Amino acid sequence: MAAVSTTPRQRISWGTANFVVIALALIPVLWLASLSFKTPAAVLDPSFIPAQWTWGNYTQILSTSQFIRPLVNSIGIGLIATLIAVVFASMAAYAVARLRFPGKGVLIGMALLIAMFPAISLVTPLFNILRAIGLFNTWPGLIIPYIAFGLPLGIYTLSAFFREIPWELEKAAKVDGATPFQAFIRVIAPLAAPGMVTTSILVFLFCWNEFLFAISFTSTLASRTAPASIAYFSGSSQFTVPTGPIAAAAVVITIPIIIFVVFFQRRIVAGLTSGAVKG
Amino acid sequence: MSTPVQTVTTEAPARAPGRRRKPPLSEGARAERRLGWLLCAPAVIIMIAVTAYPVGYAIYLSLERYNLEVPQAIKFVGFSNYGAVLSSPYWWQALKVTVIITVISVAITLVLGMLLAQVMYRTLFGRGSVRTAALIPYGIVTVAASYGWKYAWTPGQGYLSSVFNNSAPLTDQVKGIAVIILAEIWKTTPFMGLLLLAGLSLVPEDLQKAAKVDGATAWQRFWRITVPLMKPAILVALLFRTLDSFRIFDNIFILTQGAHGTGSVSILGYDNLFSALNLGIGSAISILIFIAVAIIAVAFIKGFGTAAPGTDIEKR
Repeated sequence: MAAVSTTPRQRISWGTANFVVIALALIPVLWLASLSFKTPAAVLDPSFIPAQWTWGNYTQILSTSQFIRPLVNSIGIGLIATLIAVVFASMAAYAVARLRFPGKGVLIGMALLIAMFPAISLVTPLFNILRAIGLFNTWPGLIIPYIAFGLPLGIYTLSAFFREIPWELEKAAKVDGATPFQAFIRVIAPLAAPGMVTTSILVFLFCWNEFLFAISFTSTLASRTAPASIAYFSGSSQFTVPTGPIAAAAVVITIPIIIFVVFFQRRIVAGLTSGAVKG
Repeated sequence: MSTPVQTVTTEAPARAPGRRRKPPLSEGARAERRLGWLLCAPAVIIMIAVTAYPVGYAIYLSLERYNLEVPQAIKFVGFSNYGAVLSSPYWWQALKVTVIITVISVAITLVLGMLLAQVMYRTLFGRGSVRTAALIPYGIVTVAASYGWKYAWTPGQGYLSSVFNNSAPLTDQVKGIAVIILAEIWKTTPFMGLLLLAGLSLVPEDLQKAAKVDGATAWQRFWRITVPLMKPAILVALLFRTLDSFRIFDNIFILTQGAHGTGSVSILGYDNLFSALNLGIGSAISILIFIAVAIIAVAFIKGFGTAAPGTDIEKR
């Protein structure tokens, strides 16, 4: 593409196209940010840019456990679920990409089915099961379902990455006397690290985003995650809608995503597409 | 692709075409099998424990009268919960809303996603920034984005509402659904665009050039070359988006809570569990949604033929 000479007209039309895409993607986010900086009085002003800027909404939400605790829950649950899901998924993906064993097709089919699974179908039975085994409103009560839904994503993405690895190295390691397990840990895992980072980001984003389980399987701040907690924000009185604090909380939970996206854009694109679409 | 070394034992290979008896496995192949199963076991156990088992349990619950408010009245009632759901106007209303949201949002997302993919693929400069910007709607927490849309459409408060004459679309069924669809499209077009981009990058540039030399217009090239070659990518993207859209919950929960006839089947299931505490009816709804999703998936996979995701993993 770089070799193609460009006319000014082409530059203008592609520039316009780029601008439209970027504007459409960002305006709703900027609106949320603008709301979060509006004073309680100015919230009722529909202008896009706040007339008066304030940090008040942020100090309000970050000074109570109503939001801090869910934020901690979100980070903790997300990290633990991601770690376990990625470890288990890389084991399975290694087997899928590398080993011959009966049942591989079943595993892939099962992962695909779960990726398509309607989460709501699990809410009622899991609600009852989690209550029965005492995991309702606890971290594991969310972590376990998140692992189950992170696994298919992980297995798909990682097996796509694993197929790109130069496996001769593994053979060489085996010739040198390594067991298959050692070959996996010593030789393949370091080569697979970029794919694993990408997969971890995707799985973490899924956990960070999840809402249905988060409101169904939690009842207090002990395990409620940030997205779920926002839905329970209340105003300073029964009749005030907490628009500003909600917007501020929404911005806070969006920040990690923007950081991921800005730093790992290439990886995320590669990860999303490698798992789902191949030649 | 190299295949793992398979040592064949000295036994003569099985002669009969019917594979009555496999040749005995060598030690290495058997170890490989064991390792394969061992490595997959944790993933398989968790996936089954969290999905297959609860669905089985939901089938059982759906056959019982089971209301948490009257726990002493738990009783096996056969299919009467299904009868109650299927004869309820709420179910059909929610199903209709869900289908409308799914069909319209997926159709529009496909068109916009294709445009987005073209921009991401062909733009002459700023490709990185376009992709980064496009990933933000994909990555943003749905609940956060939904609040943005909700306030944008709140009269006296939102910039979109003020542009449209201080309208209050979220208090109206048709307009409410339109806003839900808009939020859904904004959020999911990037994902569609990225999947289509992956398909687009597999279309050989030479083919496009040859067609151009032969005098094909851009429109003809798109329909005759790009689309047929992208068919697998398009089908995968459509499948994922359709199932995702059919499960819509977060958006509606924040935007309208399902009021004014804007609830999806997922909202209905949630309400039956947490407002009515009716596990029997809630489970029946769960199973019906599961069946609906299974029908969509099977229909799509039939359409895929060999292009179903995962088939190539087995081949290699």
